[in-house]
Amino acid sequence: MFLTPGDLEALWLTARLAGCVTLILLVLGTPIAWWLARSEAWWKGPVTAVVALPLVLPPSVLGFYLLLAMGPQGVVGQLTQALGIASLPFTFGGLVVASVCYSLPFMVQPLQTAFESLGERPLEVAATLRASPLDAFFSVAIPLARPGFITAMVLTFAHTVGEFGVVLMIGGNLPGITRVASVQIYDHVEALDYLQAHRLAAVMLLFSFVALLVLYTWRRPQKMGGMT
Amino acid sequence: MSVLLLSLSLPAHAEKITIAAAADLKFALDEMIAAFPLNPSTDEVAVTYGSSGKFFTQIQQGAPFDLYFSADIALPRTLAKNGFAASDVTPYAVGRLVLWSAHRDAAKMTLASLTDPQITRIAIANPQHAPYGQRAEEALRAADVWPQIAPKLVYGENIAQAAQFVQTGNAQVGLIALSLALSPPLASQGGYWLIPDTLHQPLEQGFIITRRAANSALAHRFADYLRTPSARAVLARYGFALPGEAVVK
Repeated sequence: MFLTPGDLEALWLTARLAGCVTLILLVLGTPIAWWLARSEAWWKGPVTAVVALPLVLPPSVLGFYLLLAMGPQGVVGQLTQALGIASLPFTFGGLVVASVCYSLPFMVQPLQTAFESLGERPLEVAATLRASPLDAFFSVAIPLARPGFITAMVLTFAHTVGEFGVVLMIGGNLPGITRVASVQIYDHVEALDYLQAHRLAAVMLLFSFVALLVLYTWRRPQKMGGMT
Repeated sequence: MSVLLLSLSLPAHAEKITIAAAADLKFALDEMIAAFPLNPSTDEVAVTYGSSGKFFTQIQQGAPFDLYFSADIALPRTLAKNGFAASDVTPYAVGRLVLWSAHRDAAKMTLASLTDPQITRIAIANPQHAPYGQRAEEALRAADVWPQIAPKLVYGENIAQAAQFVQTGNAQVGLIALSLALSPPLASQGGYWLIPDTLHQPLEQGFIITRRAANSALAHRFADYLRTPSARAVLARYGFALPGEAVVK
């Protein structure tokens, strides 16, 4: 067999994690991006900076704070315990929470750019046709911003697939629960099993290339279609 | 020009060595380096701690380490066999495994206590590649608790991360190196129980001077220093058994 059962399990786990994170961020990130694209509040600057933080922070910083915050003495840990949930490190839920923080800018930034490039006109036109703001958002803004949504979702998914440092720091390396593909490759290398590391790494390389290829070939006709 | 003058003004024997060392040595080796007699204005000893397996790979790929202290003597032996060593493989210590907790008194526990339902997370180093993780798995299997506690295990990348999982309270208890349980940050917390060395293979640790340091006087001087009574005393204080001496019970 080309990949071991452990490798397949890690890949499946990675796909589930990236899928969950993409869906959650779609719901969380869209209103944030919409607000950032249209607000003129003074605290837009600080919010933009907070959203962009994971782009510049080392994963070890995120992993360190998450490990402390989600532990039994941490703020998040106290909250989850009060809610009757066991602590989040070493669980799939913990990885989802961590990855949502880690991948947030990859969802928000492309959406924000897409919303900004819409301008005021389409929404004003919709308003004169008596569309409520919510109606205008769903039937005008979202369809027009579709290329932005595709970019945001592909980048969020692919970036979550590529996550390593944070899951290494809070995951506990549990097969089927927190041992994602990037950690599995690391384990193969540490265990000096280079052949298996090569095989899984090649799968990841191919996936990343295809994801980006799809993204860049898809976007071009979309843009032209929008202009005609 | 000024740079050139500066470098010319340095004594000719100025040397720097870099050591790659297993995570269980963190506190003991730091102390030994601090006590190592060297000329601080010219010579420098730098050290990186991590997993023995990672350093093994890096040295084979030409990483600039002058000495390699592994937690498993088999790794430097393989490097020596493949021509990466400029010295014999020297055993320097035998590590010990302990049960340790930050918030309960592990001294009152045994491996059988791990089946207690109150304990939901037990941290060990990754048995796939970390020597302490392999020995922990052996001990848990020998004590016949492995099947019950396996679902509670979480795996640290190396023994230091396993200790960190326990210290932050994310795991209630861990099987870690005695040298870490005796270290200043951890010694004040919880307590430890020494796991009988009859339950696992010995944690025989060894070092080599790497090929790139074949002509480094400082690297050889550091290796010699490890045989001195003062260096051995530091290792003993961190719970390591010394080569040629009886293992601590």
